[in-house]
Amino acid sequence: MTALPSQPNGRNSKLVEVRNLVKYFPVRGGVLQQVVAHVQAVDDVSFEIIEGETLGLVGESGCGKTTVGRTMLRLEEPTSGQVLFSGVDTLSLKGDDLKRLRREMQIVFQDPFASLDPRLPIGESIAEGLIIHGAGNARERYAQVIEALGRVGLEVYHANRYPHEFSGGQRQRIGIARALVMSPRFIVLDEPVSALDVSIQAEVLNILKELQDSMGLTYLFVAHNLAVVEHISDRVAVMYLGKIVEVAGRADLFHNPLHPYTQALMSAIPMPDPTLKRDRVILKGDVPSPLNPPSGCRFHPRCPIAEERCSVEEPLLRELKPGHTVACHFADQFVMS
Amino acid sequence: MTDQPTLITGRAFWRGFRRNRIAVAGLAMLLIALAAAVFAPAVAPYDPYAPVAITVESIYQRPGPAHWLGTDDAGKDVLSNFIFGARVSLTVGIFASFISVVIGGLIGISAGYFGGRLERWLMRFTDFMLVIPDLPLIVVIVAITRPSLTNIILVIGLLGWTTTARLVRSQTLSIKERKFVLRARSIGAGHLHILRRHIFPLVLPLLVVNSVLIISLAILNESTLSFLGLSDPTRISWGQMLNYAFERGAMSSRAWWVLVTPGFGIVWLVLGFTLLGHGLEQVLNPRTEWHHLTDHPRMVSLPAPLNPQP
Repeated sequence: MTALPSQPNGRNSKLVEVRNLVKYFPVRGGVLQQVVAHVQAVDDVSFEIIEGETLGLVGESGCGKTTVGRTMLRLEEPTSGQVLFSGVDTLSLKGDDLKRLRREMQIVFQDPFASLDPRLPIGESIAEGLIIHGAGNARERYAQVIEALGRVGLEVYHANRYPHEFSGGQRQRIGIARALVMSPRFIVLDEPVSALDVSIQAEVLNILKELQDSMGLTYLFVAHNLAVVEHISDRVAVMYLGKIVEVAGRADLFHNPLHPYTQALMSAIPMPDPTLKRDRVILKGDVPSPLNPPSGCRFHPRCPIAEERCSVEEPLLRELKPGHTVACHFADQFVMS
Repeated sequence: MTDQPTLITGRAFWRGFRRNRIAVAGLAMLLIALAAAVFAPAVAPYDPYAPVAITVESIYQRPGPAHWLGTDDAGKDVLSNFIFGARVSLTVGIFASFISVVIGGLIGISAGYFGGRLERWLMRFTDFMLVIPDLPLIVVIVAITRPSLTNIILVIGLLGWTTTARLVRSQTLSIKERKFVLRARSIGAGHLHILRRHIFPLVLPLLVVNSVLIISLAILNESTLSFLGLSDPTRISWGQMLNYAFERGAMSSRAWWVLVTPGFGIVWLVLGFTLLGHGLEQVLNPRTEWHHLTDHPRMVSLPAPLNPQP
């Protein structure tokens, strides 16, 4: 078992570092539309992404994983916390500095149908970022658009077509081309394949991997599909109700999940071999509301190994193995050497 | 996946437009009216502004070979008055609607896009304007100011934007939440860029339809004002013709042609613009209900080439 996450380019520098990120959404109610509560979408999340790697971020719907991605790109303003990109605090940037940062950090959205303007030929959609940043003249931009199309396996003549003329997989590749054309260093992939058929998922995932190798990209891969995450990630972070509960290298996490929630998730991955039996961990109840999360460990009402302490004391992330951290009081029992 | 009006190319628009009987009928009616108004001096048999020597015989003449639609209380040719009257109705309708749509569009887009306090103030103001009964206010303002053509256009235009503003705002609200707007923000697009490149093009079809529909309202308002005597006295308009006919005894003279003719003109224009507006709405937003007068989409259609290539 690898002690350290694999690093394709052999470097070990942090490209992105998220520190104590908090995002509460106010809930307004009553006649005066006063703030009556907060949705604690992201609550004190910290992690880092090493240059050239893919960090998978998994969790159920509503656990805050998309909000993390969006906050990192300043599409949402966080309630508190820091996001460092190449050591620069992105949350303090304004105006032109922020605009420059936006070139380096790109996002690919989940829904390839909604994320393309139906009125623009896709060449225009891809060139939009270049135009906004005033990069090159029309001819240079055209060349860059063609190059980006080529990288995702689309043809030159596709540039003049409209989004409705493409299939889902092609549209997602267009979404990737739009990110690539900006020559970014870091891309947030927000559930990039969950709207696609399985066969097309593989195609898009492979394109993403090739691009990472050839362009040295760093990815944050947000997903709820563990099989997909296992395929593409170097390291994986698991979120539950706005908190990160476990972070580990891909192999380590999938072979030896330490948090009871991760174990339950793992046991839910369908296995293609019907002769194999697996001990399913069935969780009780539903995910509690992020409006009013449980005290102590947020997972304790559903946890199979919860004890008194869990409802009182919030577990902190502890490094139980090199490169493997987990937020659980009783995870030590699961450590395999 | 998306429930918004999607792409309508010029070619597809014309194909849909030609097939839509409502829209074509409306357009044809309007083209006739427009031609008559533009070429009025050539089409009209008499010059309505030329002085006429009035004799007892020349007033309220029945329709006949000399005057196809008879004469009015001043011995003037009703047909010529009718043709020249179309100019006022069309001018007021088009310009007032333009003013309304520009104001309504600006208020609707800014309220929908920027939201927050700006939206609250703009929409409360819109609601306020919406609940004031238009006509009495128009009458009061026109009565205070001089009832010239320009004043009438301004007053009707400045009071008719409220529904446009509300419609445009709701459309903007839904476009703003679409992913490609978020995407544009993520690559650093400013408000101006997003408004110009993403929001406005998708609001435009709504504005077009709305402006056509508002023209009919403006024409009706103008006719009402003229009928109430608040018309530009130097120009012949249909409402004014009706006003004179009522005040000067056309009814007791049984001169029905003086009353029916301008009424027909108003109905013709309003109907034309309404048909065109509803037709355009159907063409530009395919999800609107089909009207019983249009071609229904056939479940089994005649053999058509699969995949028509442009």
